[in-house]
Amino acid sequence: MNKSNNTSLLSGFNAMFRRDCLQYIKNPSQLLNPLIFFVMITAAFPFAVDSSKLQLTQIGPGIIWIMAILSYLLTLQHLYLDDADDGCLDYIILSPQPLPLLVLAKICAHWISSGLPLIIISPIIGIIYQMQVDTILVMIATLFFGTFALSLIGSIGASLTISINNSNILVSLLVLPIMIPILIFGARTIGLYQAGTTTISGLYFMSAYCMFALSFSPFASAAALKIGSE
Amino acid sequence: MWTFLHKMASPRYFYSIATSLIPWFLVSGLILMVAGLINGLFYAPPDYQQGDAFRIIYVHVPSAYISMMAYSLMAFAAFVALIWRIKIAHAVIVGAAPLGAWFTFLALLTGSIWGRPMWGTWWEWGDPRLTSELLMLFLYLGYMALRASLPNLAQADKLSAILILIGAINIPIIHFSVEWWTSLHQGPTLLKAGGPAIDSLMLYPLLAMIIGTTLYFGSLLLVRTKAEVLNREKNSRWAKKMLSGDQL
Repeated sequence: MNKSNNTSLLSGFNAMFRRDCLQYIKNPSQLLNPLIFFVMITAAFPFAVDSSKLQLTQIGPGIIWIMAILSYLLTLQHLYLDDADDGCLDYIILSPQPLPLLVLAKICAHWISSGLPLIIISPIIGIIYQMQVDTILVMIATLFFGTFALSLIGSIGASLTISINNSNILVSLLVLPIMIPILIFGARTIGLYQAGTTTISGLYFMSAYCMFALSFSPFASAAALKIGSE
Repeated sequence: MWTFLHKMASPRYFYSIATSLIPWFLVSGLILMVAGLINGLFYAPPDYQQGDAFRIIYVHVPSAYISMMAYSLMAFAAFVALIWRIKIAHAVIVGAAPLGAWFTFLALLTGSIWGRPMWGTWWEWGDPRLTSELLMLFLYLGYMALRASLPNLAQADKLSAILILIGAINIPIIHFSVEWWTSLHQGPTLLKAGGPAIDSLMLYPLLAMIIGTTLYFGSLLLVRTKAEVLNREKNSRWAKKMLSGDQL
Protein backbone atom coordinates (compact mmCIF):
# COMPACT_ATOMS: atom_id res chain seq x y z
CA MET A 1 0.00 0.00 0.00
CA ASN A 2 2.71 2.47 0.97
CA LYS A 3 5.48 1.07 -1.19
CA SER A 4 6.62 4.56 -2.09
CA ASN A 5 7.72 5.06 1.52
CA ASN A 6 9.50 1.69 1.55
CA THR A 7 7.45 0.66 4.55
CA SER A 8 5.00 -2.19 4.81
CA LEU A 9 1.88 -2.19 6.91
CA LEU A 10 3.38 -4.70 9.29
CA SER A 11 6.51 -2.63 9.94
CA GLY A 12 4.40 0.38 10.87
CA PHE A 13 2.35 -1.74 13.22
CA ASN A 14 5.50 -3.23 14.75
CA ALA A 15 7.21 0.10 15.22
CA MET A 16 4.18 1.60 16.92
CA PHE A 17 3.73 -1.48 19.09
CA ARG A 18 7.38 -1.60 20.17
CA ARG A 19 7.52 2.11 20.91
CA ASP A 20 4.41 2.00 23.09
CA CYS A 21 5.61 -1.09 24.97
CA LEU A 22 8.95 0.62 25.62
CA GLN A 23 7.18 3.69 26.89
CA TYR A 24 5.13 1.65 29.32
CA ILE A 25 8.26 -0.17 30.54
CA LYS A 26 10.06 3.13 31.07
CA ASN A 27 7.26 4.38 33.31
CA PRO A 28 6.62 1.39 35.56
CA SER A 29 4.51 3.36 38.02
CA GLN A 30 1.87 3.94 35.32
CA LEU A 31 1.66 0.22 35.00
CA LEU A 32 2.02 -0.83 38.61
CA ASN A 33 -0.26 1.64 40.38
CA PRO A 34 -3.51 0.34 38.84
CA LEU A 35 -2.34 -3.21 39.58
CA ILE A 36 -1.64 -2.39 43.22
CA PHE A 37 -5.03 -0.67 43.36
CA PHE A 38 -6.64 -3.85 41.98
CA VAL A 39 -4.92 -6.07 44.55
CA MET A 40 -5.51 -3.75 47.51
CA ILE A 41 -9.23 -3.18 46.95
CA THR A 42 -10.01 -6.81 46.19
CA ALA A 43 -8.11 -7.74 49.36
CA ALA A 44 -10.05 -5.11 51.32
CA PHE A 45 -13.49 -6.54 50.46
CA PRO A 46 -13.36 -9.54 52.83
CA PHE A 47 -12.85 -7.09 55.73
CA ALA A 48 -16.06 -5.28 54.85
CA VAL A 49 -18.30 -8.29 54.24
CA ASP A 50 -18.67 -11.65 55.92
CA SER A 51 -15.40 -13.48 55.23
CA SER A 52 -16.73 -17.03 55.50
CA LYS A 53 -15.68 -19.38 52.74
CA LEU A 54 -19.17 -19.75 51.27
CA GLN A 55 -19.71 -15.99 51.12
CA LEU A 56 -16.31 -15.34 49.53
CA THR A 57 -16.76 -17.92 46.77
CA GLN A 58 -20.16 -16.40 46.02
CA ILE A 59 -19.07 -12.77 45.73
CA GLY A 60 -15.51 -13.43 44.51
CA PRO A 61 -16.07 -13.53 40.72
CA GLY A 62 -18.17 -10.37 40.78
CA ILE A 63 -15.70 -8.41 42.88
CA ILE A 64 -12.71 -9.53 40.84
CA TRP A 65 -14.43 -8.48 37.63
CA ILE A 66 -15.68 -5.14 38.98
CA MET A 67 -12.20 -4.32 40.24
CA ALA A 68 -10.58 -5.45 37.01
CA ILE A 69 -12.78 -2.99 35.12
CA LEU A 70 -12.18 -0.18 37.62
CA SER A 71 -8.39 -0.55 37.61
CA TYR A 72 -8.53 -0.82 33.84
CA LEU A 73 -10.40 2.47 33.57
CA LEU A 74 -7.54 4.10 35.50
CA THR A 75 -5.03 3.04 32.84
CA LEU A 76 -7.01 4.40 29.90
CA GLN A 77 -5.75 7.95 30.27
CA HIS A 78 -2.26 6.83 29.22
CA LEU A 79 -3.52 5.32 25.99
CA TYR A 80 -3.69 8.55 23.96
CA LEU A 81 -3.47 11.47 26.35
CA ASP A 82 0.31 11.33 26.88
CA ASP A 83 0.87 11.37 23.12
CA ALA A 84 -1.65 14.17 22.68
CA ASP A 85 0.14 16.26 25.33
CA ASP A 86 3.62 16.05 23.85
CA GLY A 87 2.47 16.35 20.23
CA CYS A 88 3.35 12.83 19.12
CA LEU A 89 -0.28 12.14 18.30
CA ASP A 90 -0.31 14.72 15.50
CA TYR A 91 2.59 12.93 13.83
CA ILE A 92 0.91 9.56 14.29
CA ILE A 93 -2.20 10.93 12.58
CA LEU A 94 -0.16 12.53 9.79
CA SER A 95 1.84 9.38 9.09
CA PRO A 96 1.16 7.62 5.75
CA GLN A 97 0.31 4.40 7.57
CA PRO A 98 -3.44 3.82 8.00
CA LEU A 99 -4.45 5.26 11.35
CA PRO A 100 -6.75 2.37 12.43
CA LEU A 101 -3.78 0.00 12.16
CA LEU A 102 -1.58 2.24 14.34
CA VAL A 103 -4.46 2.58 16.80
CA LEU A 104 -4.71 -1.20 16.91
CA ALA A 105 -0.97 -1.39 17.65
CA LYS A 106 -1.44 1.05 20.52
CA ILE A 107 -4.38 -0.99 21.83
CA CYS A 108 -2.33 -4.19 21.72
CA ALA A 109 0.55 -2.51 23.57
CA HIS A 110 -1.93 -1.24 26.14
CA TRP A 111 -3.29 -4.74 26.63
CA ILE A 112 0.22 -6.18 27.01
CA SER A 113 1.04 -3.59 29.67
CA SER A 114 -2.30 -3.48 31.53
CA GLY A 115 -4.28 -6.61 30.74
CA LEU A 116 -1.49 -9.17 30.87
CA PRO A 117 -0.10 -8.13 34.29
CA LEU A 118 -3.64 -8.21 35.63
CA ILE A 119 -4.10 -11.75 34.34
CA ILE A 120 -0.74 -12.79 35.80
CA ILE A 121 -1.59 -11.42 39.23
CA SER A 122 -5.21 -12.66 39.26
CA PRO A 123 -4.49 -16.19 40.63
CA ILE A 124 -3.38 -14.58 43.91
CA ILE A 125 -6.72 -12.84 44.19
CA GLY A 126 -8.44 -16.10 43.26
CA ILE A 127 -6.73 -17.80 46.19
CA ILE A 128 -7.80 -14.98 48.54
CA TYR A 129 -11.38 -15.65 47.44
CA GLN A 130 -11.05 -19.41 48.14
CA MET A 131 -11.21 -20.45 44.48
CA GLN A 132 -10.23 -23.94 43.37
CA VAL A 133 -7.38 -24.31 40.86
CA ASP A 134 -9.72 -25.20 37.99
CA THR A 135 -11.92 -22.18 38.79
CA ILE A 136 -8.82 -20.00 38.61
CA LEU A 137 -8.11 -21.36 35.13
CA VAL A 138 -11.64 -20.44 34.03
CA MET A 139 -11.15 -17.00 35.55
CA ILE A 140 -7.93 -16.54 33.58
CA ALA A 141 -9.73 -17.53 30.39
CA THR A 142 -12.51 -14.96 31.00
CA LEU A 143 -9.95 -12.29 31.90
CA PHE A 144 -7.97 -13.04 28.74
CA PHE A 145 -10.86 -12.30 26.38
CA GLY A 146 -12.42 -9.75 28.68
CA THR A 147 -9.41 -7.48 29.18
CA PHE A 148 -8.70 -7.38 25.47
CA ALA A 149 -12.31 -6.36 24.86
CA LEU A 150 -11.91 -3.76 27.63
CA SER A 151 -8.83 -2.34 25.89
CA LEU A 152 -10.75 -2.12 22.61
CA ILE A 153 -13.85 -0.48 24.12
CA GLY A 154 -11.76 1.72 26.40
CA SER A 155 -9.82 2.98 23.39
CA ILE A 156 -13.03 4.48 22.01
CA GLY A 157 -13.72 6.32 25.26
CA ALA A 158 -10.12 7.53 25.55
CA SER A 159 -10.01 8.76 21.96
CA LEU A 160 -13.34 10.59 22.26
CA THR A 161 -12.01 12.64 25.17
CA ILE A 162 -8.44 13.54 24.15
CA SER A 163 -9.26 17.23 23.86
CA ILE A 164 -10.69 17.39 27.39
CA ASN A 165 -8.64 17.98 30.52
CA ASN A 166 -9.18 15.69 33.52
CA SER A 167 -11.33 13.36 31.49
CA ASN A 168 -10.86 10.29 33.66
CA ILE A 169 -14.34 10.18 35.16
CA LEU A 170 -15.93 11.16 31.87
CA VAL A 171 -14.27 8.20 30.11
CA SER A 172 -15.74 5.89 32.75
CA LEU A 173 -19.21 7.34 32.21
CA LEU A 174 -18.96 6.84 28.46
CA VAL A 175 -17.65 3.30 28.32
CA LEU A 176 -19.17 1.62 31.39
CA PRO A 177 -22.61 0.94 29.85
CA ILE A 178 -20.89 -0.65 26.85
CA MET A 179 -18.65 -2.73 29.14
CA ILE A 180 -21.61 -4.20 31.04
CA PRO A 181 -21.88 -7.29 28.76
CA ILE A 182 -18.23 -8.10 29.49
CA LEU A 183 -18.86 -7.73 33.22
CA ILE A 184 -21.98 -9.92 33.11
CA PHE A 185 -20.41 -12.71 31.10
CA GLY A 186 -17.02 -12.53 32.83
CA ALA A 187 -18.37 -12.77 36.35
CA ARG A 188 -21.27 -15.12 35.60
CA THR A 189 -19.11 -17.60 33.70
CA ILE A 190 -16.86 -18.03 36.76
CA GLY A 191 -19.90 -18.18 39.04
CA LEU A 192 -21.57 -20.80 36.86
CA TYR A 193 -18.42 -22.90 36.76
CA GLN A 194 -18.30 -22.87 40.56
CA ALA A 195 -21.95 -23.95 40.62
CA GLY A 196 -21.06 -26.84 38.34
CA THR A 197 -22.92 -25.75 35.19
CA THR A 198 -21.62 -25.48 31.66
CA THR A 199 -19.32 -22.52 31.04
CA ILE A 200 -18.08 -22.87 27.51
CA SER A 201 -20.95 -20.80 26.07
CA GLY A 202 -19.92 -17.87 28.27
CA LEU A 203 -16.37 -18.07 26.92
CA TYR A 204 -17.72 -18.31 23.38
CA PHE A 205 -19.71 -15.14 23.95
CA MET A 206 -16.70 -13.30 25.37
CA SER A 207 -14.48 -14.23 22.46
CA ALA A 208 -17.25 -13.25 20.04
CA TYR A 209 -17.67 -9.89 21.78
CA CYS A 210 -13.89 -9.45 21.56
CA MET A 211 -13.94 -10.04 17.80
CA PHE A 212 -16.94 -7.74 17.42
CA ALA A 213 -15.17 -4.95 19.30
CA LEU A 214 -12.06 -5.60 17.21
CA SER A 215 -14.10 -4.98 14.07
CA PHE A 216 -15.25 -1.47 14.94
CA SER A 217 -13.06 -0.11 17.74
CA PRO A 218 -9.89 0.77 15.72
CA PHE A 219 -11.96 2.60 13.11
CA ALA A 220 -14.11 4.49 15.62
CA SER A 221 -11.04 5.41 17.67
CA ALA A 222 -9.14 6.58 14.60
CA ALA A 223 -12.07 8.77 13.50
CA ALA A 224 -12.41 10.22 17.00
CA LEU A 225 -8.67 10.93 17.25
CA LYS A 226 -8.73 12.76 13.92
CA ILE A 227 -11.68 14.92 14.98
CA GLY A 228 -10.38 15.43 18.50
CA SER A 229 -6.96 16.71 17.45
CA GLU A 230 -8.24 19.16 14.85
CA MET B 1 -38.93 14.27 -2.66
CA TRP B 2 -35.20 15.00 -2.97
CA THR B 3 -35.75 18.71 -3.36
CA PHE B 4 -37.86 18.62 -0.22
CA LEU B 5 -35.07 16.83 1.66
CA HIS B 6 -32.50 19.31 0.39
CA LYS B 7 -34.69 22.16 1.51
CA MET B 8 -35.11 20.58 4.93
CA ALA B 9 -31.33 20.43 5.27
CA SER B 10 -31.19 24.20 5.05
CA PRO B 11 -31.55 25.73 8.51
CA ARG B 12 -33.74 28.52 7.27
CA TYR B 13 -36.35 26.27 5.60
CA PHE B 14 -36.21 23.86 8.48
CA TYR B 15 -36.95 26.71 10.85
CA SER B 16 -40.00 27.93 8.97
CA ILE B 17 -41.38 24.41 8.31
CA ALA B 18 -40.88 23.47 11.95
CA THR B 19 -42.67 26.64 13.05
CA SER B 20 -45.73 25.75 10.99
CA LEU B 21 -45.68 22.07 12.03
CA ILE B 22 -45.41 22.54 15.80
CA PRO B 23 -49.06 23.58 16.46
CA TRP B 24 -50.39 20.58 14.45
CA PHE B 25 -48.21 18.12 16.33
CA LEU B 26 -48.96 19.70 19.68
CA VAL B 27 -52.74 19.99 19.28
CA SER B 28 -53.30 16.55 17.75
CA GLY B 29 -50.96 15.00 20.33
CA LEU B 30 -52.75 16.65 23.24
CA ILE B 31 -56.20 15.67 21.91
CA LEU B 32 -55.16 12.04 21.54
CA MET B 33 -53.51 12.01 24.97
CA VAL B 34 -56.54 13.52 26.72
CA ALA B 35 -58.92 11.12 24.93
CA GLY B 36 -56.63 8.16 25.66
CA LEU B 37 -56.24 9.07 29.32
CA ILE B 38 -59.97 9.62 29.95
CA ASN B 39 -60.91 6.36 28.22
CA GLY B 40 -58.05 4.45 29.75
CA LEU B 41 -58.52 5.64 33.31
CA PHE B 42 -62.35 5.69 33.49
CA TYR B 43 -63.89 3.52 30.77
CA ALA B 44 -61.48 0.63 30.21
CA PRO B 45 -62.46 -2.43 32.31
CA PRO B 46 -60.16 -3.31 35.21
CA ASP B 47 -57.73 -6.16 34.60
CA TYR B 48 -58.94 -9.49 36.01
CA GLN B 49 -55.58 -10.10 37.66
CA GLN B 50 -54.13 -6.69 38.38
CA GLY B 51 -57.32 -4.72 39.05
CA ASP B 52 -56.97 -0.99 38.54
CA ALA B 53 -53.19 -1.05 38.98
CA PHE B 54 -52.68 -1.97 35.33
CA ARG B 55 -53.87 1.49 34.27
CA ILE B 56 -50.34 2.83 34.66
CA ILE B 57 -49.53 1.22 31.30
CA TYR B 58 -51.19 4.24 29.71
CA VAL B 59 -48.20 6.28 30.87
CA HIS B 60 -45.57 3.56 31.15
CA VAL B 61 -45.76 1.98 27.69
CA PRO B 62 -45.65 5.28 25.74
CA SER B 63 -42.65 6.48 27.81
CA ALA B 64 -40.77 3.22 27.30
CA TYR B 65 -41.57 3.29 23.59
CA ILE B 66 -40.36 6.88 23.22
CA SER B 67 -37.16 6.22 25.16
CA MET B 68 -36.21 3.65 22.53
CA MET B 69 -37.63 5.55 19.58
CA ALA B 70 -35.69 8.69 20.59
CA TYR B 71 -32.40 6.80 20.73
CA SER B 72 -33.06 5.21 17.33
CA LEU B 73 -33.85 8.67 15.98
CA MET B 74 -30.60 10.01 17.43
CA ALA B 75 -28.63 7.11 15.97
CA PHE B 76 -30.21 7.69 12.56
CA ALA B 77 -29.49 11.43 12.79
CA ALA B 78 -25.89 10.69 13.85
CA PHE B 79 -25.51 8.41 10.82
CA VAL B 80 -26.91 11.07 8.48
CA ALA B 81 -24.81 13.78 10.11
CA LEU B 82 -21.53 11.86 9.86
CA ILE B 83 -22.02 10.49 6.33
CA TRP B 84 -23.70 13.38 4.52
CA ARG B 85 -22.52 16.13 6.89
CA ILE B 86 -25.98 17.60 7.28
CA LYS B 87 -25.79 20.16 10.04
CA ILE B 88 -29.50 20.05 10.93
CA ALA B 89 -29.04 16.42 12.01
CA HIS B 90 -26.65 17.50 14.77
CA ALA B 91 -29.23 19.98 16.01
CA VAL B 92 -31.86 17.21 16.02
CA ILE B 93 -29.59 15.03 18.20
CA VAL B 94 -29.02 17.88 20.63
CA GLY B 95 -32.76 18.47 20.78
CA ALA B 96 -33.69 14.82 21.23
CA ALA B 97 -31.16 13.77 23.91
CA PRO B 98 -32.63 15.40 27.06
CA LEU B 99 -36.16 14.47 25.96
CA GLY B 100 -35.13 10.85 25.44
CA ALA B 101 -33.36 10.78 28.80
CA TRP B 102 -36.44 12.24 30.48
CA PHE B 103 -38.82 9.69 28.92
CA THR B 104 -36.39 6.91 29.88
CA PHE B 105 -36.47 8.17 33.44
CA LEU B 106 -40.30 8.32 33.31
CA ALA B 107 -40.44 4.75 32.01
CA LEU B 108 -38.21 3.61 34.88
CA LEU B 109 -40.22 5.58 37.44
CA THR B 110 -43.64 4.35 36.30
CA GLY B 111 -42.29 0.82 35.92
CA SER B 112 -41.03 0.99 39.48
CA ILE B 113 -44.36 2.32 40.76
CA TRP B 114 -46.13 -0.45 38.85
CA GLY B 115 -43.73 -3.05 40.22
CA ARG B 116 -44.57 -2.15 43.83
CA PRO B 117 -48.13 -3.63 43.87
CA MET B 118 -47.42 -6.28 41.21
CA TRP B 119 -44.06 -7.71 42.24
CA GLY B 120 -44.09 -6.44 45.82
CA THR B 121 -40.87 -4.50 45.22
CA TRP B 122 -39.85 -1.15 43.76
CA TRP B 123 -37.00 -2.66 41.81
CA GLU B 124 -36.66 -6.12 40.37
CA TRP B 125 -33.27 -7.14 38.98
CA GLY B 126 -34.96 -10.19 37.50
CA ASP B 127 -36.74 -8.19 34.80
CA PRO B 128 -34.49 -7.62 31.77
CA ARG B 129 -36.61 -4.76 30.43
CA LEU B 130 -36.13 -2.80 33.65
CA THR B 131 -32.36 -3.31 33.77
CA SER B 132 -31.69 -2.66 30.10
CA GLU B 133 -33.80 0.49 30.36
CA LEU B 134 -31.50 1.61 33.17
CA LEU B 135 -28.45 1.04 30.96
CA MET B 136 -30.24 3.01 28.23
CA LEU B 137 -30.49 5.93 30.66
CA PHE B 138 -26.74 5.64 31.29
CA LEU B 139 -26.10 5.85 27.54
CA TYR B 140 -28.16 9.05 27.34
CA LEU B 141 -26.35 10.51 30.36
CA GLY B 142 -22.95 9.58 28.88
CA TYR B 143 -23.84 11.37 25.65
CA MET B 144 -24.91 14.50 27.51
CA ALA B 145 -21.80 14.41 29.72
CA LEU B 146 -19.50 14.19 26.69
CA ARG B 147 -21.39 16.95 24.94
CA ALA B 148 -21.24 19.22 28.00
CA SER B 149 -17.47 18.89 28.38
CA LEU B 150 -16.56 19.71 24.77
CA PRO B 151 -16.58 23.49 24.25
CA ASN B 152 -15.88 23.43 20.50
CA LEU B 153 -19.22 23.01 18.70
CA ALA B 154 -17.99 21.23 15.56
CA GLN B 155 -15.87 18.83 17.59
CA ALA B 156 -18.67 18.14 20.09
CA ASP B 157 -21.05 17.42 17.20
CA LYS B 158 -18.87 14.81 15.51
CA LEU B 159 -17.46 13.13 18.60
CA SER B 160 -20.85 12.75 20.26
CA ALA B 161 -22.29 11.40 17.00
CA ILE B 162 -19.60 8.68 17.04
CA LEU B 163 -20.49 7.87 20.64
CA ILE B 164 -24.18 7.53 19.75
CA LEU B 165 -23.44 5.15 16.89
CA ILE B 166 -21.19 3.02 19.12
CA GLY B 167 -23.97 2.95 21.72
CA ALA B 168 -26.58 2.07 19.09
CA ILE B 169 -24.72 -0.98 17.78
CA ASN B 170 -24.17 -2.12 21.38
CA ILE B 171 -27.79 -1.77 22.54
CA PRO B 172 -28.87 -5.19 21.15
CA ILE B 173 -25.85 -6.84 22.80
CA ILE B 174 -26.51 -5.11 26.12
CA HIS B 175 -30.15 -6.13 25.99
CA PHE B 176 -29.31 -9.72 25.07
CA SER B 177 -26.69 -10.12 27.79
CA VAL B 178 -28.98 -8.62 30.43
CA GLU B 179 -31.70 -11.04 29.32
CA TRP B 180 -29.30 -14.00 29.48
CA TRP B 181 -28.14 -12.88 32.90
CA THR B 182 -31.65 -12.52 34.32
CA SER B 183 -32.77 -15.86 32.89
CA LEU B 184 -30.49 -17.39 35.52
CA HIS B 185 -32.41 -15.63 38.24
CA GLN B 186 -35.87 -16.75 39.17
CA GLY B 187 -38.18 -15.12 36.67
CA PRO B 188 -40.95 -12.74 37.71
CA THR B 189 -43.89 -14.93 38.65
CA LEU B 190 -46.73 -12.42 38.81
CA LEU B 191 -46.33 -10.80 35.45
CA LYS B 192 -45.86 -13.13 32.53
CA ALA B 193 -45.38 -12.18 28.90
CA GLY B 194 -48.08 -13.47 26.59
CA GLY B 195 -50.76 -13.33 29.24
CA PRO B 196 -54.45 -12.91 28.43
CA ALA B 197 -55.15 -11.11 25.17
CA ILE B 198 -55.78 -7.45 25.75
CA ASP B 199 -59.38 -6.21 25.57
CA SER B 200 -60.10 -3.76 22.77
CA LEU B 201 -61.50 -1.29 25.34
CA MET B 202 -58.05 -1.37 26.94
CA LEU B 203 -56.14 -1.45 23.66
CA TYR B 204 -57.57 1.57 21.87
CA PRO B 205 -56.81 4.05 24.67
CA LEU B 206 -53.28 2.61 24.78
CA LEU B 207 -52.80 3.08 21.05
CA ALA B 208 -54.17 6.63 21.36
CA MET B 209 -51.70 7.32 24.16
CA ILE B 210 -48.75 5.92 22.19
CA ILE B 211 -49.55 7.96 19.06
CA GLY B 212 -50.46 11.03 21.11
CA THR B 213 -47.28 10.91 23.17
CA THR B 214 -45.22 10.44 20.01
CA LEU B 215 -46.82 13.53 18.46
CA TYR B 216 -46.26 15.43 21.70
CA PHE B 217 -42.61 14.30 21.70
CA GLY B 218 -42.39 15.41 18.07
CA SER B 219 -43.62 18.90 18.89
CA LEU B 220 -41.21 19.24 21.82
CA LEU B 221 -38.38 17.97 19.63
CA LEU B 222 -39.20 20.54 16.94
CA VAL B 223 -39.30 23.36 19.51
CA ARG B 224 -35.94 22.33 20.96
CA THR B 225 -34.35 21.77 17.55
CA LYS B 226 -35.65 25.15 16.37
CA ALA B 227 -34.01 26.87 19.32
CA GLU B 228 -30.78 24.96 18.70
CA VAL B 229 -30.79 25.88 14.99
CA LEU B 230 -31.41 29.53 15.81
CA ASN B 231 -28.55 29.48 18.31
CA ARG B 232 -26.19 27.92 15.77
CA GLU B 233 -27.21 30.28 12.98
CA LYS B 234 -27.29 33.39 15.13
CA ASN B 235 -24.78 35.16 12.90
CA SER B 236 -26.62 34.53 9.65
CA ARG B 237 -28.81 37.20 8.14
CA TRP B 238 -32.15 35.36 8.40
CA ALA B 239 -31.60 34.52 12.05
CA LYS B 240 -30.72 38.12 12.90
CA LYS B 241 -33.87 39.25 11.13
CA MET B 242 -35.88 36.67 13.04
CA LEU B 243 -34.39 37.67 16.36
CA SER B 244 -35.08 41.35 15.76
CA GLY B 245 -38.79 40.50 15.44
CA ASP B 246 -39.42 40.63 11.70
CA GLN B 247 -41.28 37.87 9.89
CA LEU B 248 -39.39 35.67 7.49
